[in-house]
Amino acid sequence: MKAIVNVFLKNGVLDSQGKAVQHALSGHGFGTVSDVRVGKQIIIEMNESDAVSAKEKVTQMCEDLLANTVIEDYEIEIQA
Amino acid sequence: MKTKVKVGIVQFPGTNCEYDTQNAFTALGCETQILWHKEDTLPEGMDLLVVPGGFSYGDYLRSGAIAKMSPIMKAVKAYADNGGKVLGICNGFQVLTECGLLPGALKRNTGLHFISRYHHLKVVDNNNTFLTQCSVNEILNIPIAHHDGNFFIAPEELKSLYANGQILLQYSDENGNISNPNGSVDSIAGICNVSKNVFGLMPHPERAMESLLGSNDGRRMLEGFLSV
Repeated sequence: MKAIVNVFLKNGVLDSQGKAVQHALSGHGFGTVSDVRVGKQIIIEMNESDAVSAKEKVTQMCEDLLANTVIEDYEIEIQA
Repeated sequence: MKTKVKVGIVQFPGTNCEYDTQNAFTALGCETQILWHKEDTLPEGMDLLVVPGGFSYGDYLRSGAIAKMSPIMKAVKAYADNGGKVLGICNGFQVLTECGLLPGALKRNTGLHFISRYHHLKVVDNNNTFLTQCSVNEILNIPIAHHDGNFFIAPEELKSLYANGQILLQYSDENGNISNPNGSVDSIAGICNVSKNVFGLMPHPERAMESLLGSNDGRRMLEGFLSV
């Protein structure tokens, strides 16, 4: 079973890297770009057969280590 | 004769300020000991634990994130919860926010650059062990060297930092006017916890111990820990 975790800065927390990428794209002629957010993706292979149990464990991983919930939100997708 | 103050300095893979920190506290007459992160207990009789600067675990995932999972951090937390004094410098500050001993978080500098230079700091509050040798509004000149020093805290928590006297230092110019190098909320450079036994700051007092090398303002900060 595979878990895909996406971590992004929360809305309202300035994403300096996203802003820099946005300015670079706009300056490069991509005038329709209105916002860019830079995050990270963490892909976890697990020896699990139950998706519910896998998601519970990955949620705990996010709370403990993968995300800093003071400044970041996370999303989890479980793939069979 | 007063026994020497005992200072433990935590070392992770990638820590690089442990010997500067050791040198600084040794120069102040302390007995110092480097503590490897795999240890799950602390030596008896520590008066102060320092989580020094560097790049623990290469700053992978987030600065300080992986270090907080090290065995020694459970012991550090228990020590702090019992009222023991803990100081986090730079990466150490990041580790202490990551593990929840200090509020807030440290983000990438707004300008996205690594900043390494002297910076003036204004002492905001000295009603704590750390800055007892400094005066309120005193201007210090201390090196900063960080990529992730942009202090963030939610507005309601910021209010409680002010209300409880937890804001220790702000980045300023030499006249004490606010000057923000990294985008920190209210230009905050250092804070403490509510109980005022856990301290964290991005600047490096251990690099400002000799006026011959630019500044000895760090000496007065670290001396605060000797008076107790």
